Amino acid sequence: MKGFYLVLAILILATAFGLWYRANNGRLRTTDMRAAGADEHGGETIDAQTIGVALGARATLVQFSSAFCQPCRATRQILGEVSEMVAGVAYVDIDAEANLELVRALDIRRTPTVLVLDSAGRIRKRASGLPRKADVIAALGDLD
Amino acid sequence: MTISTGATAGLTPATEAGICTRVSIDPRGPRFGGAITTVVLAIALITMGTTFGTAVIAWQAIVFALGAFVGLRAQPYGLIFRTFIQPRLPAPAELEDSAPPRFAQLVGFGFLAVALVAALLGATLISTIAVAFALAAAFLNAAFNFCLGCEIFILGKRLSKSN
Repeated sequence: MKGFYLVLAILILATAFGLWYRANNGRLRTTDMRAAGADEHGGETIDAQTIGVALGARATLVQFSSAFCQPCRATRQILGEVSEMVAGVAYVDIDAEANLELVRALDIRRTPTVLVLDSAGRIRKRASGLPRKADVIAALGDLD
Repeated sequence: MTISTGATAGLTPATEAGICTRVSIDPRGPRFGGAITTVVLAIALITMGTTFGTAVIAWQAIVFALGAFVGLRAQPYGLIFRTFIQPRLPAPAELEDSAPPRFAQLVGFGFLAVALVAALLGATLISTIAVAFALAAAFLNAAFNFCLGCEIFILGKRLSKSN
């Protein structure tokens, strides 16, 4: 009987976690204003040399992926489509495992992680998990 | 603060590394397997401490080992899915890479190996904890499409290669 209650407790806890996970996964958040060297928009800056592509005139979408990440492919599809659809939006997909130094500097813990940079390379939005396409497009609109 | 690695040469694009560019499996297969695993591990917890309970743990350890070391095609629950379930379902909307679910099988094997050794040594508490974690992960995978590799792989890399 003890084992039965334990199973029940695990399933209830896992369901609570799963609902929280589903609600928060892939949500684009405005990056922390308190970050070191914050200007009016807050946050950190990434330059073109670091990510290996020229920054977009309007925005740059930076994705971090890994080999054992199921939603990375769908994320790539969404971000690729958005960058083709919206003028001035660049997109780069980076292998997190091969770029651990950058991953540490940006404190990336999960894949996929998506950063939305403005035209100056400032990190303005951040999401971990598969983002919704409409949210990415809305985030681009928020940059101006 | 500007983040810079200083060297462009060090950057590897994900597609070049072959991340999720191979598509080979029906994504419903691993989720079906997760559902069966959930039931099996629940039975293992309820019968923990008995010979039957230890046999269930041993069975699930073998299942995970086949999935992780031989391949998802050799995994018994995947076999059940392809033989009895998949023919009755419409074609999947898209296929997925087999590497992420295979990684999850490997992690599952790790927990079940600990659980089995502990059960054989009579360390029921340790065995219970290991099976409990595996049960939570299998349930989350089946019910919420939880991706274990997404959560722990990069974190593990960061910790194992920390400066």
